[in-house]
Amino acid sequence: MRETRYIRAITEALSEEMARDEDVFIIGEDVGVPGGAFSATKGLLETYGERRVKDTPISESAIVGLAIGAAVQGLRPVAEIMFADFLAVCMDQIVNQLAKSRYMFGGMYKLPVVIRTPCGGGLNAGPQHSQCLESWFAHVPGLKVVMPATPYDVKGLLKSAVRDDNPVLFLENKALYALKGEIPDGEYLVPIGKAEVKRTGKDVTVVATSRMVHQALEGAKTLSKEGIDVEVIDLRTITPLDKETIFDSVGKTSKLVVAHEAVKAFGIGAEIAAMVCEEMFDRLKAPVARVGAPFVPVPFNLENLYLPNSDDVVKAVRRVMKY
Amino acid sequence: MGEKERLLKIFYSMVKIRRVEECLADLFSKGKIPGFIHVGIGQEAIAAGVCSCLEAEDSIFTTHRGHGQALAKGIDLNRFMAEIYGRKDGFCKGKSGSMHIASREAGVVGSNGIVGGSLPISLGTAFASMYKGENKVTVCFFGDGASNQGTFHESLNLAAIWDLPVVFCCENNGWAQFTPQKVYMKLEDISKRAESYGMAGVTVDGDDVLKVREEAEKAVARARKGEGPTLLECKTRRWFGHYVGDAQKYRSPAEVQQAREFDPVFKFGKFLLESGHISTAHVDTVEAGIKSEIEEAIAFAESSPVAGAEELFNDVYAELPNGRDLR
Repeated sequence: MRETRYIRAITEALSEEMARDEDVFIIGEDVGVPGGAFSATKGLLETYGERRVKDTPISESAIVGLAIGAAVQGLRPVAEIMFADFLAVCMDQIVNQLAKSRYMFGGMYKLPVVIRTPCGGGLNAGPQHSQCLESWFAHVPGLKVVMPATPYDVKGLLKSAVRDDNPVLFLENKALYALKGEIPDGEYLVPIGKAEVKRTGKDVTVVATSRMVHQALEGAKTLSKEGIDVEVIDLRTITPLDKETIFDSVGKTSKLVVAHEAVKAFGIGAEIAAMVCEEMFDRLKAPVARVGAPFVPVPFNLENLYLPNSDDVVKAVRRVMKY
Repeated sequence: MGEKERLLKIFYSMVKIRRVEECLADLFSKGKIPGFIHVGIGQEAIAAGVCSCLEAEDSIFTTHRGHGQALAKGIDLNRFMAEIYGRKDGFCKGKSGSMHIASREAGVVGSNGIVGGSLPISLGTAFASMYKGENKVTVCFFGDGASNQGTFHESLNLAAIWDLPVVFCCENNGWAQFTPQKVYMKLEDISKRAESYGMAGVTVDGDDVLKVREEAEKAVARARKGEGPTLLECKTRRWFGHYVGDAQKYRSPAEVQQAREFDPVFKFGKFLLESGHISTAHVDTVEAGIKSEIEEAIAFAESSPVAGAEELFNDVYAELPNGRDLR
């Protein structure tokens, strides 16, 4: 094992997959000489050359469209969209083209396209560079949506995403780019579609995503001092959702809190809460609680008031426990 | 293939497109085909002329008005018809219908229901050819309306800077759905935009199949030699409405009548007859051959089963994990 930052784990995953498979190429804005806005593709141009590391104009629809056409011909593109907010710029290519092209053509094509993009706040980047939009894409059949929270997972999941024959929207969290964590020296994969129990507990389940996994773990420490034993699940993949891990945990604790950084209204927390209510209502001993951002754009100046944190998780858990 | 043989093949292709689309409009009006049907009757010379310059392994992308291009590229008529009927033996198991026709074998990568939606994707097949050193050409067909989408700008610029082996073929029929060109564009010739991207651009009479072929040949050769993309604008006329059943109240009857005076199929047939390439007997043979092809295709389509519930969940993903519903 060795210590690596989240951002470098991404670079390692890309480099290893490019070395392994000649059909893998990188496409995006500033991914070449500059190595990407956050340096995720640093050094790849030097190693793999201009043929496989393609710097594009600022044309998000062209980037995603090119990836689709290349995938149809058997290549395995990894596209970088500089900020997750810019996914809105190429929405047609993702939602109407990429997500539909397998179903609409009756299974004629595989679409092994990875779209990597950083989401989330914490950099005072304002309303157009800070959003968490995973629920938009989780709502579209045909896409897989992945949100890794640790250096270990970001590397293993990205390698799995590159090898997946389906479109994968790979949502990195830019507030986690500098996060350090242990990863193995050799090759490993983390499967898409599997959540992980990060902390076992018997009193309440907290299902969290991305940055909120760390907030939930911090909150669990505080709560343990109050005698509340929290189980924390890192969802890791949004679609396909690992219902089994969630249901097993809620079956044990009978209490559920869902925590994500995205706006709470209409978020994946609502989906998970509804799913648990539909399928295991009789096992619940308290109403499900959700932690998420308020229904406002991400503010430039008041981000600390906006972003959900470990205190919010603690409050939600206490509320559920008091019921 | 000799020149005469090529000309006869193009003629066959044009007549076939015309007759198939007439038949589709009729079948749709009788309620035999679900969904929407958009025909390109009066625009046959473009598909036939351009596709006559392509090899089997080359790729095309087409639009909601895409029957002609798919047929000209050599799509199998039986499975084409079954697809439009929404039947299991269609190329897409009945999931595409008229608007999303595709065939891997014929190199019809896909028809697109989003105006301008194919332009960025066509960059990808062209890029893949370059990446693999395959020397294949991609042609992306789109309409005049699509040329005002942002994807047009993004795609032409990217294709130009990377010298991608793609031909952007604009079928300019003067109508963006219900709105005429003079309302939505200051320019008369869309091909003039090519210069601003640093690529070759040409406007051709899209009702003259030989002129279309002449310019398409140059554009395809340029792409194949690695000399970059071309914007080939083919001016034509839309005889019918945006969709079958569109009463065209937004168009004057005189304008519609005028459009129909330019009949590319008739014009090319007349040329072939007058130049002695064909006889009237040959025309009769072509018509009879196409008639029986269409009859066979309809019989094939109508005898093909409708997909059952088992198909609902297939093809959303490349695999079916945890049973049927991936949620």
